[in-house]
Amino acid sequence: MQKLLVANRGEIAVRIQRAAKELGLATVQVHSSADADSLAVKMADEAVLIGPPAASKSYLNIAAILKAAADTGADAVHPGYGFLAENADFADAVVAAGPIWCGPSGDAIRVMGDKVAARIAAEAAGVPVVPGSDGRVDDPAHARAIALAIGFPVMIKAAAGGGGRGIRIAHDMDEFDRLMPQASAEAKAAFGDGGLYLEKVIERARHIEVQVLADGTRAIHCFERECSLQRRRQKVWEEAPSAALSPELRAKLCASAVALAEAVNYRGAGTLEFLYDDISGHYYFIEMNTRIQVEHPVTEMVTGLDLVREMIRIAGGEPLRYRQEDIHLRGHAIEVRINAEDPAQGFKPGPGTISSLTVPGGAGVRFDTLLYQGYTVPPFYDSLLGKLIVWDEDRPAALARMARALDELQVGGLPTTKPLHQALVRDEGVAKAAFHTRWLEPWLEENAPRLSKEIAE
Amino acid sequence: MSQILSPLPGTFYRKPSPDQPNFKNVGDAVAVGDVIGLIEVMKSFNEVTAEEAGTITAFHAEDEEPVMAGQPLVELG
Repeated sequence: MQKLLVANRGEIAVRIQRAAKELGLATVQVHSSADADSLAVKMADEAVLIGPPAASKSYLNIAAILKAAADTGADAVHPGYGFLAENADFADAVVAAGPIWCGPSGDAIRVMGDKVAARIAAEAAGVPVVPGSDGRVDDPAHARAIALAIGFPVMIKAAAGGGGRGIRIAHDMDEFDRLMPQASAEAKAAFGDGGLYLEKVIERARHIEVQVLADGTRAIHCFERECSLQRRRQKVWEEAPSAALSPELRAKLCASAVALAEAVNYRGAGTLEFLYDDISGHYYFIEMNTRIQVEHPVTEMVTGLDLVREMIRIAGGEPLRYRQEDIHLRGHAIEVRINAEDPAQGFKPGPGTISSLTVPGGAGVRFDTLLYQGYTVPPFYDSLLGKLIVWDEDRPAALARMARALDELQVGGLPTTKPLHQALVRDEGVAKAAFHTRWLEPWLEENAPRLSKEIAE
Repeated sequence: MSQILSPLPGTFYRKPSPDQPNFKNVGDAVAVGDVIGLIEVMKSFNEVTAEEAGTITAFHAEDEEPVMAGQPLVELG
């Protein structure tokens, strides 16, 4: 491998180029016409314009990306996250065209990207999944028996459905008996198939995910991240390790993730997402992300690994360089997402020109960003400007360090989510890590008005 | 004669979704508050509405075209 093409944009394109340069690789940055002035383009050894601003015509344009690789002689492609990162056909097309694909095989993406297939693979590997009917149920007596077995509340979903349509939640058997025929009739009307399946509702769960690295035969875990602070199912704050896991449960959860990664002969970096119910102490596999994730730096901070560099090495054919016992968890790391959104105004996005920029520094502070002073953030892509990550010896110290780093961070010229994080980092509930995936939204309803201006300390 | 300007920078859409007809076409009458298109900015969709009544005589931006804040989208006669 000599020359790596980055098939992405924004902060992750910058991140990937850093790893590539450290490995002695030349970099090719593909970009849309809206990103000609981006930091990733400025950093790259070569840049290739692949289309107009619309992602469908640029960052999702497989033919244009493959042509850029051929024209520049790039012998490897890294997809980052989002865009084509979990597109199995793109993975196959890259390999067919010649370059190395920095990710798992198209077939691995297909299996783990399909929720039903991933669930079957998880069960086969002995990994717990959300209790449910394991397929469709047509017989009412059988449905009642399953509902009793998995426990209420139970979600009734249309087997042929999607996008949340036809979903009903029954809290007891009376409600279940009333809702089953309704759900079946609605499914029949909407999808021409009255088939239903059942799944237990995990009401107050934490989102905990395990980072894995694998070389196709062997997998290791790099411990977990907790990402329970979410708005509209988007993570806003991530940390490692989770404050909710005992060492025994952590070991068990991480071993589950390794078992599943090895069972599917996984290769590269991946993340297995779980719901963890800290009242019952049960965890359930929900899905696997077959790519590098936005929040990977918290894992890097607590393990000392460079996950992006490792995934490039593995793609290049090297076996995994670490044994499980080489991976140690040290201290605590927190990442907050700095988005171009105004948290006081319903997270209204605000693209614009960066009039001033002060990046926080000091021990244990990292800022992965696409920003530079004078840069105009285009309106065509997502609102992530950067990720502020801190590490310290323990969680209270990491919170104090995050508060200090946030106060230092100054982004002039557009609204950002910094005031949200300044409030969260000082919140009692956050200090106790007493949260779950539905904690942040009601908190925002109560606190949004005071997020209009920065908190000066 | 007046114009409807884009309130935001982003991508202009003339339809509520790709498989639906345009909100408005040349020759259509618009009332105050009528939606004439959407502007997508950082994956959030914002309606563009008419602030004056009139009849559309021209569109200055195509469907899915990138536009700047303040750019004329529609000519009203």
